[in-house]
Amino acid sequence: MTTYLSEPAYVHSADPVLSLAGVTKVYRSGSLEVAALRGITLDVQPGEYVAVMGPSGSGKSTLMHIIGCLDVPSAGSYHLAGEDVSTMSEDELAEVRNRRIGFVFQQFNLLASMTAWSNVALPLAYAGISRPQRRQRAEAALARVGLGDRVAHRPGELSGGQQQRVAVARALVTEPALILADEPTGNLDSTSTADVLSLFDELHAAGRTVVLITHENDVAARAGRIVRLRDGLVTEDSALGAAAASAVSS
Amino acid sequence: MTWFDTLRTSLEAMRSHRMRSALTVLGILIGIAAVILTVGLGIGAQQQVTAQVEALGTNLLIISPGSTTSTTGLRGGFGSASTLTQADAQALASPVVAPDIAAVAPSTSSSQSLVAGTSNWTTTVAGTTPSWLSVRARTLSSGAFLSSADQASAASVVVLGATTATELFGSTDVVGQSVTIAGTPFTVIGVLAPSGSSASSSSSTSNDDTAVIPLSTAQQRVSSGTSRTSVQTVYVQATSQSALSSAYQEANAELLALHGITNAASADFTITNQASLVSTAASVSKTLTVLLAGIAAISLLVGGIGVMNIMLVSVTERIREIGLRKALGARPSLIRRQFLIEASLLGLAGGLLGAVVGIAGAKVLPSFISNPVAVSMPAIVGSISVAMAIGLVFGVYPASRAAQLAPIDALRSE
Repeated sequence: MTTYLSEPAYVHSADPVLSLAGVTKVYRSGSLEVAALRGITLDVQPGEYVAVMGPSGSGKSTLMHIIGCLDVPSAGSYHLAGEDVSTMSEDELAEVRNRRIGFVFQQFNLLASMTAWSNVALPLAYAGISRPQRRQRAEAALARVGLGDRVAHRPGELSGGQQQRVAVARALVTEPALILADEPTGNLDSTSTADVLSLFDELHAAGRTVVLITHENDVAARAGRIVRLRDGLVTEDSALGAAAASAVSS
Repeated sequence: MTWFDTLRTSLEAMRSHRMRSALTVLGILIGIAAVILTVGLGIGAQQQVTAQVEALGTNLLIISPGSTTSTTGLRGGFGSASTLTQADAQALASPVVAPDIAAVAPSTSSSQSLVAGTSNWTTTVAGTTPSWLSVRARTLSSGAFLSSADQASAASVVVLGATTATELFGSTDVVGQSVTIAGTPFTVIGVLAPSGSSASSSSSTSNDDTAVIPLSTAQQRVSSGTSRTSVQTVYVQATSQSALSSAYQEANAELLALHGITNAASADFTITNQASLVSTAASVSKTLTVLLAGIAAISLLVGGIGVMNIMLVSVTERIREIGLRKALGARPSLIRRQFLIEASLLGLAGGLLGAVVGIAGAKVLPSFISNPVAVSMPAIVGSISVAMAIGLVFGVYPASRAAQLAPIDALRSE
């Protein structure tokens, strides 16, 4: 369990965890071109807790997909943990997603037919880790999110909040450089929301880099830095109080 | 992710859609079982025909009269003429004329009513010479066969087939009993052992339901008309398998000379050998087998399309799962592999179950139809491999679709 609290080596490197420079994304449907992102420049330092906000249509989902290496920019460059991602092949992107990024989705996206630990262990399987080791690490990650007693449960047997905590365990089991959460509390009641958010607080306190996309102000308020988007451009990038200070000072 | 992990994932996916997987497997199962059964039927029929022909005797040539062309140009049917005589047979039996012929048995047969006491039984009465026994590769279960003396004196003696003896007397222990054939009393001097070599009941009946009397007796007392001087069939045994074709040449040349025919095409007899009978019969059943197996193969193809259909449904239905797996780091090749394994597992399951059903069918079917069904190992192994290959081939397209899905599109879809 302590493995997940210790700071990964890259925290001390000079590189930002992610660095976008002039990133644009244009979607084409027929003859119609829609610019979802029109030049985003953004650096996130190790250990930061960033909330990306914006109304729907502002491009925050597209930004999330590009940051998550699920999509590639039309123009501009994107470095993740020092690596240029914009020119990578499908296979290389798959590996980057596997090793560098932990995803938390709004719909949890757990596989219903698999137990909690198998779900958590899935990224480890793609990383080529042996089954006994997968189980051990998955159980440790589940214990980390407070579900040590739910290891063999299937998603259907867990509450929404618990399911999202399984998803968080899955996101951190590979010890990624970046935890990327897309509206992680969008489908949760207020108690579960508080649970999951305090989990992110803990991860941040333990030195993890967290990028969280939300449209709720009180969720964004837990972050150290808020980036606001509108029409595919960054309109505001503000550090907040103590959290921001701690990120900069560390 | 290891192959084992992928296999486990595929099995899990199949298990979570039991009904769908079962129906897909059923499609392949029916195809495979049909292939195994039709091939088995074909092989069984060939074996049966071969056994029946071989039961006629070994290294055998069969000379029948016929193929005569009359003055008006009408060509008579096979066996319709009475051009073979006992003299022909005697000429062929000469070692000088035909050194490759071991024995000759002229034979004439007719359907007669046999009476013994109060029972009567209609069967084929064959008039032939003592060499018939060895030429036709038969043995006696009791008594003696016709002798040259019987032949010379046109004795009223008969050798009965096992079935005939049983039908007339209720047992095969009948040597010394008396049987009336065409009004003449005959003494039973021997009983033929059941031929036993043919598989179906109908043919062994005809081989074992017979009565054999001296040819001279048949010509004088039983037959009428042209049969008195001619014979219907001359069985010729070659000295060995390899001498069969030279025996054929010798018999053909001698008979043409005896009958004064210079043009071989207008011969008034036909010589058939066992091998040609076997190959004719085999080619017929082979054609039938190919036809049936072709139909079965089509049903297998339909089963394969079923696999593709289900795999496409599966890809569409699990589009979110595919997206998630990709987001978590699954390479496209791994996604493709997962779906390919799933498709080949469906094919393999269909193949194995189809083989079980096919073999069971091959065991059960002969009791409903009279044909034997052979269980052909190559057909079983072949069709299981084909089933798996079908799963694999028809899985390629759905698997590639799954592999090429963009992770965001897959994650986004509801």
